[in-house]
Amino acid sequence: MISPKTSAELYGRGIVRDVASGGVPSGAAPTVHVRDLVKAYGDVRAVDGISFDVPPGTVFAFLGPNGAGKTTTVEVLEGIRPRGSGDVRVLGRDPWTDREALLRHVGVIPQDFSFFDKITPVEGLEFYASLFDLRVDARALLRTVELEEKADAAFEKLSGGQKQKMGLALALVNDPQVLFLDEPTTGLDPQARRAVWAVIRSLRQGGRTIFLTTHYLEEAQTLADQVAIIQHGKIIAQGTPQQLIAQHGRPERLRIEGPASVTEYLRGHWKGPVEYRDGATYVQTEGKEGVMQVLQIVTASGLPWTGVETVRDTLEDVFVRLVGHMQEGRVSDAAAPLLGEAAR
Amino acid sequence: MKPRRVLAYLKIFGRTYTRNRVGLFFALIFPIILILLFGAIFSNTGSVVVDLYVQNLDHSSNASQAFVAALNHTGVFSVTMVSPTAGNLSDWLVSNGDTAGLVIPSGFGSAYVGHHAVNVTVFTDPAQAATAGVVDGAVQGVVNGFNLYAAGAGPIVGVESLNVGSQTYSYVDYLIPGLIGFSILVSPMFAMVNLSSQYKKQKLFRQLSLTPLTRGEWLLASICWFILLVFLSTAIMLAIGRFAFGTDVSPTLLTLPFLLLGPVLFVSLGLLLGTVSKTPESAAIVGNLITFPMMFLSGTFFPVSLFPPYLQTVAHVLPLYYVVDGLNETMIFGNWHLALVDLAVVGALALVFFVAATRAFRWQEE
Repeated sequence: MISPKTSAELYGRGIVRDVASGGVPSGAAPTVHVRDLVKAYGDVRAVDGISFDVPPGTVFAFLGPNGAGKTTTVEVLEGIRPRGSGDVRVLGRDPWTDREALLRHVGVIPQDFSFFDKITPVEGLEFYASLFDLRVDARALLRTVELEEKADAAFEKLSGGQKQKMGLALALVNDPQVLFLDEPTTGLDPQARRAVWAVIRSLRQGGRTIFLTTHYLEEAQTLADQVAIIQHGKIIAQGTPQQLIAQHGRPERLRIEGPASVTEYLRGHWKGPVEYRDGATYVQTEGKEGVMQVLQIVTASGLPWTGVETVRDTLEDVFVRLVGHMQEGRVSDAAAPLLGEAAR
Repeated sequence: MKPRRVLAYLKIFGRTYTRNRVGLFFALIFPIILILLFGAIFSNTGSVVVDLYVQNLDHSSNASQAFVAALNHTGVFSVTMVSPTAGNLSDWLVSNGDTAGLVIPSGFGSAYVGHHAVNVTVFTDPAQAATAGVVDGAVQGVVNGFNLYAAGAGPIVGVESLNVGSQTYSYVDYLIPGLIGFSILVSPMFAMVNLSSQYKKQKLFRQLSLTPLTRGEWLLASICWFILLVFLSTAIMLAIGRFAFGTDVSPTLLTLPFLLLGPVLFVSLGLLLGTVSKTPESAAIVGNLITFPMMFLSGTFFPVSLFPPYLQTVAHVLPLYYVVDGLNETMIFGNWHLALVDLAVVGALALVFFVAATRAFRWQEE
């Protein structure tokens, strides 16, 4: 078993280091720049001193449980909510004082996007185009977001995924350089979610900068170049998904399906940590050689094991451990299994 | 303020409104139903015809036949003769479910010629006091005529019946400006109360705040839509009045500001109510509490002068009263002085509510 001391290092100090470094990339001027942002409602500090940068042409995912401060942050960036203190720049401008100018370069899908019930996607896009004083090929835009077949259906007749796609199409009317998507796939079925992801990926390939909030870890892992995890108004970890997994995830493990006797046998024959959970034995190995050695031991045992695979932490495992840890306020071996799958 | 953006939202709002049939029903169809219904019920009050059953027990005499002819001639009665052998007329009326009858006694003719007193007997149903009054009055008129003739005299004092004012107006004439007022009140109030709380709940205001559309442009477009509706409704009311009821009510130049300022007033009031209400449900309740009394007490369906005095006092504090009265003054009476007073009140109220609504209304709660 890993000693509690190791765990404390892993969770405790690692987090502090991350916040301090801020995950600032080098290169071109950031599309979104946030320093020490604070926004309080009464006594509650919804956002409590966060800093980050989003480089042009990248996808930045803002992860956090409900009520962590995601939407407040996005609304400050969109310029529809004033900030308390700190510095915020979008495309080099202050979103609150320079809102009107920014409107033309920014696209937004608010959380729980909704539109006029009786209006069709084509009519909605033409409405937005005339508001922005632009000409737009509504049907071509709907093709981009794969909503062509519902171009003339009233908004109220669209499915959840189709509604989100219409929101995306509306956000694209002014050909924005930066898009703010506040939980764009919340409440969608997996298929619709994947369809929205495909659109977001193609938008990124078109060179747009995308700021995304989500509480779906898979979404952040598949889409984002950079991820920040926010909890109680503070960023508790930040980096690329791979960095976060490498820094906060547990080592790669071997999962051997079979009875508990396999676990007992390995405990007697293997030096590393071994754990039994839900009909499988989890073994911490050291590199490829360790894997081979463990397999040899198990084969030699003659016990009836049925399958074997290597297990790697996902961003979700990291998130659950980090957020769970922060919520408990202490390191708890009981809450987070060391080797098994994280509780979901 | 960009006209292009006002027009863009006007288009969207108009589509939303017309595709949502309930709104269109109350704005255009419902007033049509009301004018046809009220018009049909009340337009005949001046020419009541009562079925009168006459039993002539003296039918061989010229005098009794002349009396029946005179009854017919009044135009008040549709006379039906009952056989003298039918027995007691009162019993006959009861068994046939009829309420008005008259018996000419036998010997009526000889008594009349011989200048002896003789009575005709009138049966009426006290439960139908209005009809009974009409019957008594008309029969009395015929009797007087016969008495004068028998005395060898002609009428000296006559009565010529005229209505107040230089022209005569039917009930439908008053109903047309009333129902235009109804449209001015009802469609913006119901729509704006509902819409402003609904948009808030659905976060549509927030959605619009992310576009270049301003609050002022949004409000102007909403007002324009209801002005269009009011014009349409006015045209329909005037056409129905003319072609279905033969009225001659027509708008004048001074009618126009009422048709413009009325929607401003009630769009603002509706928006104000929807904005200050916490939920769509409470907004609907407050909206109804204000709209319904105003709908009935402002002279829309019946002239305020018919109300008891305390209700007249109530009517004078309702904004719609001044709209309806202004429409009446400009479209029927042609009284510019009174119309200008009404216009001043409507204009001041529109300004007050417009300012209050724009102050209270935000794209988004902070």
